[in-house]
Amino acid sequence: MITREPQIFDEPTNVFQTAGRRLILACQGTGRALMMLLGAAVQTPFMFSRKNRQDVSQQLYQVGIKSLGVVSVVALFTGMILALQVGLELRRYGQETNIGMLVCISMLREMGPFMTGLVIAASVGSAIAAQMGTMTVGEEIAALDVMSINPLRYLMMPRLVALAIMMPLLTVYTNLLGILGGAMVGASQLGISWEAYFDNAFRYAENKDLYVGLFKAFLFGLIIVTVACYQGFTASEGAVGVGRATRRTVIVSFLLILIVGYFVTRLFYQ
Amino acid sequence: MIRFEQVSKRFGAKVVLREIDYEIHRGETFVIVGTSGVGKSVSLRHMIRLLTPDSGRVWVGDDCVSEASGKQLERILGRFGVLFQGAALLQWLNVEDNVCLPLRQTMNLPDEEVRARATEKLALVGLEGVGDKMPADISGGMRKRVGLARAIVTQPEIILYDEPTSGLDPVISRQIDLLIDSLRKQLQVTSVVVTHDLYSALSIGTRVAMLHDGQFAVCASPEEFVASEHPVVRDFLQAQGIAHLDDVRKAFGK
Repeated sequence: MITREPQIFDEPTNVFQTAGRRLILACQGTGRALMMLLGAAVQTPFMFSRKNRQDVSQQLYQVGIKSLGVVSVVALFTGMILALQVGLELRRYGQETNIGMLVCISMLREMGPFMTGLVIAASVGSAIAAQMGTMTVGEEIAALDVMSINPLRYLMMPRLVALAIMMPLLTVYTNLLGILGGAMVGASQLGISWEAYFDNAFRYAENKDLYVGLFKAFLFGLIIVTVACYQGFTASEGAVGVGRATRRTVIVSFLLILIVGYFVTRLFYQ
Repeated sequence: MIRFEQVSKRFGAKVVLREIDYEIHRGETFVIVGTSGVGKSVSLRHMIRLLTPDSGRVWVGDDCVSEASGKQLERILGRFGVLFQGAALLQWLNVEDNVCLPLRQTMNLPDEEVRARATEKLALVGLEGVGDKMPADISGGMRKRVGLARAIVTQPEIILYDEPTSGLDPVISRQIDLLIDSLRKQLQVTSVVVTHDLYSALSIGTRVAMLHDGQFAVCASPEEFVASEHPVVRDFLQAQGIAHLDDVRKAFGK
């Protein structure tokens, strides 16, 4: 059962007690969130079953298609800003033809998955947390538990599948638009031809850059869905609690995306 | 059928249930009344393992629900249908799909049979022809009835009602009470109702229990309940303007 009893503690008497309790609760929360991720992951073989395939396709649409607009704008302008900032500096040394390489590698390795992760955490992650939180405080999750419908399978698994598939796909899309945005700035403001830009861009980029970026995007997808569902399923105290769950989802997802992004980069680019 | 054995429960410093002992018999309508925050819903939630006791045990038949897990718990929960206070309908499903949900997710039945059962239960609660409406488009009373149809669609032995008439006007409240009474008779189910509405409790209950200070102040038939000299019960009756059971019967046109 996902529904848990409320945890009520005595007032802490000193700062050490407060810190210790926070640490214990953080460890408990991390453990529970990981168990939820595991619980939803073992349900993925049922994604094509008659009971679940409609929910999965609906979530794929929600995460993928409905996010395209905002992802497009963010991706295009990320590439444009990168090209402009780097290009203006490189022009001082007569190296502006290299912006293609710099934009391409930055997008593939870091900016593509990172920007996609932030956009999806803020839009999809917060929406998942708000929906799950509202269901929790409205006793809908408890009702599912009592009807012996596993919320991890019915609610979390379709979202997990959708984010695990769509995050890498959206990242590919972000990369392409970002590189295109860089080319537009290169052509319009730095006087670099499209051919020279793309030739430079793809000459130095490696397959590894793309794969590591996509791996990051996949991990970011897991982070977003786990944090959002955990925060939603543990929401309490009505509308205030739902707001808190949504805010925490965005903050914790952002922080984890940054931290995990750093360690994955360190792992593959030592 | 349902037995509480020395059950205690506290939240922080507040003791909600204090070594409570009682048994609900098969086929009866057991109503738990009391003021807000006294532990009525807490008591109900122990029966379906949404809460576990700090000490003591809760039995459903021969199964200890407070210690069950996995398949055993699933089997025990399969005996229950629950009407939650706010009906707990899934907002993105229409009325029919909400009622079909437990059948679709937990049983391998052909879709025609699932729909037929849902239509039958919706008719039983007086909601024919609203299957394609969304929960947001229907009234509070209708939502409760949809919740009730969903609770009975799996043909449970026990139905739990958490404040079934809260937030409803008196006319709709009486309709819900009559529905609870008729479902008990038609489906031969055991019903447990939590309410603070004494008119409702005394009209549908075969036994009425007043929860006060973590224990039952009185647990008796409606006639004995009204005649009780317990000061808490007398205050509660007086606050709702009930001096005799005839007052309730008159209000219900019995």
